[in-house]
Amino acid sequence: MSAHKALGGRIFTLPFMILGIIAAIGIYYMAQRFILGMGTVANINGGFPWGIWVVFDVVIGTGLACGGYALAFTVYLFNKGQYHPLVRPALLASLLGYALGGFGAIFDMGRWWQFYNIVLPGNWNFNSAMLEVGLCVALYILVLIIEFAPVYLEKIGAKGLLKSLNKVMFFFIALGVLLPTMHQSSLGSLLIAMGYKVDPLWQSLQFQPLLAVISALVMGYSIVIFEASLSNVSFGGKSETPLLSVLAKVAIGLLVAFVVIRMIILMIQGKFGLIFAGDFSSLMFMLEMALFIIPLFILASPARRQNGGKLLIAAVSMLFSGALYRFNAFLFTFDPGPGYSYFPSASEIMVTLGIIAIEIMAYLVVVKTLPVLHSSEQA
Amino acid sequence: MAEHDFETDGFDFSNVANKLGVTRRTYLKFCAGVAASLGLSTKASLAMAQTIAEASKRPPVIWLHGQECTGPTESLLRSEQPSLAHLILDMISLDYHQTLDAGAGHKVEEIKKKSMEENKGKYLLVVEGAIPVKDGGIYCKIAGETMLDLTVEAAENAAAIVAFGSCASWGGVQSASPNPTGAKGAQAILPGKTVVNIPGCPPNPANFLGTVLYFVTFGKLPPLDEQNRPKWAYGRLIHENCYRRPHFDAGRFATEFGDEGHKKGYCLYKLGCKGPETYNNCPSLEFNNVGGGVWPVGVGHPCFGCSEQGVGFNKPMFSLADVKTHTPPNNFPAIDDRQQESGISPTAAAIGGAAVGAAIGATLVASKKLGNKDAGGDESSSSDDQGK
Repeated sequence: MSAHKALGGRIFTLPFMILGIIAAIGIYYMAQRFILGMGTVANINGGFPWGIWVVFDVVIGTGLACGGYALAFTVYLFNKGQYHPLVRPALLASLLGYALGGFGAIFDMGRWWQFYNIVLPGNWNFNSAMLEVGLCVALYILVLIIEFAPVYLEKIGAKGLLKSLNKVMFFFIALGVLLPTMHQSSLGSLLIAMGYKVDPLWQSLQFQPLLAVISALVMGYSIVIFEASLSNVSFGGKSETPLLSVLAKVAIGLLVAFVVIRMIILMIQGKFGLIFAGDFSSLMFMLEMALFIIPLFILASPARRQNGGKLLIAAVSMLFSGALYRFNAFLFTFDPGPGYSYFPSASEIMVTLGIIAIEIMAYLVVVKTLPVLHSSEQA
Repeated sequence: MAEHDFETDGFDFSNVANKLGVTRRTYLKFCAGVAASLGLSTKASLAMAQTIAEASKRPPVIWLHGQECTGPTESLLRSEQPSLAHLILDMISLDYHQTLDAGAGHKVEEIKKKSMEENKGKYLLVVEGAIPVKDGGIYCKIAGETMLDLTVEAAENAAAIVAFGSCASWGGVQSASPNPTGAKGAQAILPGKTVVNIPGCPPNPANFLGTVLYFVTFGKLPPLDEQNRPKWAYGRLIHENCYRRPHFDAGRFATEFGDEGHKKGYCLYKLGCKGPETYNNCPSLEFNNVGGGVWPVGVGHPCFGCSEQGVGFNKPMFSLADVKTHTPPNNFPAIDDRQQESGISPTAAAIGGAAVGAAIGATLVASKKLGNKDAGGDESSSSDDQGK
């Protein structure tokens, strides 16, 4: 009944082996972090308690894992069934992204063995944006597992279970739209709580949650385009460009909304001049804005939208723009006070790269063994 | 609108406002400010305002100058408020003041004696400047009499005695070693009398005015500390209210004038700031009523302890102060560790750069493949948008 098929084929290909080496190095440093402590591996300090492990693995990682969120919006909320072929790979990428983001949060915790306290309601502080993010992300991982469960159930042929699950699936799909909206906006609220430490160009106060959600959707749509394009290049098959180009149209709206809202906020707050101050913050702002505006130019013409190559460049530019927006606000222009500086250590970067490698490896294994990719994609 | 600013209990302040050449509003605001810095209620500020307005209560004042530079009088005359001097001179009947008297010579000495006789037990004695006691006090004479004798004589029937400035309070610069004239403060030569000390070099005019207003309004002296300084002004170490204090606790110090820490406004303790052992209200009151940190520490110079006996003019200017409060204990988190944090390692930069580069490179390759596929290979997408 399903149009999805496992890709099959050899798992231990050369790229897989190379990723394996990167993952092994990452795991080595992760082990070191748990045995010898965080200071031996990471450069984080009192002023920058959040290094790339939080900012990239969690803040940006969950943003990049918003493909499932974006597609759930499109397919189920707007009832655009034709995007169904894209849903399963997007859900898989979201699941892996969120699971590893959650794992990243644990090894970034100084006292990770206290982690279980977050599930004890007696310890909850309802004024905490962090609690909201933590609980919501944990819950969303469960929801993603349930949303993805049919893939596994199809594989093992549990037809009865599959049928009953499909009956209640609408509830989890609704949660799958609600939860990311909640915690992605809370990631913005974290910036409000950081107050003046956040550079004025990024401190939009009450608009932070809105910008965070829009940037999450931008990254969500672009990661779907990105991942479908790369699958197409690596695994071959029919071009999905016509489908993707319509998603790109949605992305245009989001990009315009983001840039316009951003500029209006800066004008209202009287910070427009800071854009042209010529210091590090202003240069980073211009680079970020360029990354937001370049895809707008690419996608503006229908001809370029129909070109898979151009579409991919636009998607990557959007991924970079969303990532840079979060990097800038949380890390690059973050100013915790005089005397503090931060640059990740080599081992710290290797841990993050190791996690990305594990993510890609897991993706490859799953698409080759479980019915994830739509059969029409395959030759 | 001004009617609602202060509840004046029906008292009409327009006279005093005319007399002082300030608006009624400015006048009442000033009194409220003085009361607030004394820690008093608005009711008290109103009482003060009323006292000043009722000319009949003006007490006579005898003002003596000893060994000094007239700094306290200068500071009082140059205060900016609805003219503090204006106020104080209007509020009191200044019968004798060597600097401000219009007359001169034996005539003014006669007036002084007459006033002291007429107002026995009612006049206010202000002493400004140190009193030399060596060799019978011959090192400071006014109209042929020594300052020592004049002070003792004037103090005999004074209602209250105020020593204004560090010299009068504890001897000031004259009393610094080797102290050739045996200079002493007023309290030292008036045993058994209560002398209110308002030290400082120069003292803050607001401290004098506040104390005198309190005395005139309530008929008694404000609460004093063990050195007879009004507690409202000298109750706290400068260190306690200093806005550079967080830098002290965090171990961030300026170590020489013009260094990075000095430019960033770090603590001046290591440049010899005597704030940790000097009791005064400079950090909260500042000087000249212009705001903006106009006081020594505020403009980047360490406090030199001008108002504190045994510190100002006695300790070398750049020697470390005796910290009267606690110093940050060693088990405070090591905030200054940040100085030793590791910078950018070449390996880390290389890996980070390689990762971003690989992502961009892979994108371009894939983009080209896809482009060829879709467009039949007519155009390669090599435009490098992310190549930064």
